[in-house]
Amino acid sequence: MRWLWLLVLALMAPLALAAIDTYEFDTEEQRQRFYQLSSELRCPKCQNQNIADSDAPIAMDLRREVYRMLNEGKDNEEIVDFLVARYGEFVRYKPALTPATAILWFGPAAMLLAGFIVLLVMLRRRQKALREAAGKSLSQDEQRRLQSLLEREEDS
Amino acid sequence: MRRPWMLIPLILFLGLAGLFLKTLYDKKNLQDLAIDPSALPSALIDKPVPAFALPSLDEPGRTLTEQDFRGEVALVNVWATWCPTCRAEHAMFNKLASQGVTIHGVNYKDNSEAARRWLEELGNPYQLNVEDPQGSLGINLGVYGAPETFLIDADGVIHYKYIGAVDERVWADQLGPRYQALLEQASGGQP
Repeated sequence: MRWLWLLVLALMAPLALAAIDTYEFDTEEQRQRFYQLSSELRCPKCQNQNIADSDAPIAMDLRREVYRMLNEGKDNEEIVDFLVARYGEFVRYKPALTPATAILWFGPAAMLLAGFIVLLVMLRRRQKALREAAGKSLSQDEQRRLQSLLEREEDS
Repeated sequence: MRRPWMLIPLILFLGLAGLFLKTLYDKKNLQDLAIDPSALPSALIDKPVPAFALPSLDEPGRTLTEQDFRGEVALVNVWATWCPTCRAEHAMFNKLASQGVTIHGVNYKDNSEAARRWLEELGNPYQLNVEDPQGSLGINLGVYGAPETFLIDADGVIHYKYIGAVDERVWADQLGPRYQALLEQASGGQP
């Protein structure tokens, strides 16, 4: 039984290595940038993967392009712009901050803020209502009624 | 209503739902996206065909450039022998070529021997055929899988891109009308 599991694991091992190419980098910093860029760029063919994870031929080509541009000394912005010019804004997993995407960037924070403001207003109102109620003392009539109600409670 | 502002979230929700519904069933989106939601709009619309200098598939020794695509309204079809959908659409291109439509080919990441054999076997609808073995022109065109078909005008400016097999319906609904419109434009508005 155990050897069967070992066989299954041995067969699965190559799958984990599927999307790794052998690129050599001059510096550690370049290697880091390569991994950062390829994880932030979306594969146009297999649309829910970045180009680092994808096995599609186009993802391989785009990784090669990213590697080539890194070696040419281009900075991250130039590399991303190169791909956006060809494949559109779609390739960015992190959309650029433009008027059209501002709602994506600030929408959630704005909604959270609006929620807090509404909460604050509601709490304030409730507190005010409570304070007002506390400030009011009972009239003699009300005192008497309260007393009788309490007594009735005790009797039963 | 005691607290009219309590309705604000509901109104916002209905507004957004309406907007999404409208976008989903929008006529233009239906044509371009809803048929295949994974199809991406091209980033190169209204831009010229990117510069390239690549060998010709049919005439060994000849180098083709983006200048060679100029002069006529044309389709530029990105194809390869490893792409089954390309085989499926090939007959349609043969038919269009026989009707006088100018079609250029970009033989994308292919083996040129196999590509020449394929054209002998299935017919050659292409006026010019560019060999792009590394897919470099493909990347500059924003190609992410064959087949893709671009519509360019006489100045080599890209007007439309269709992703997937071109068939009678695609030609009738999407490529044909745009092609005709460009032809009419080119001849100074006279049909």
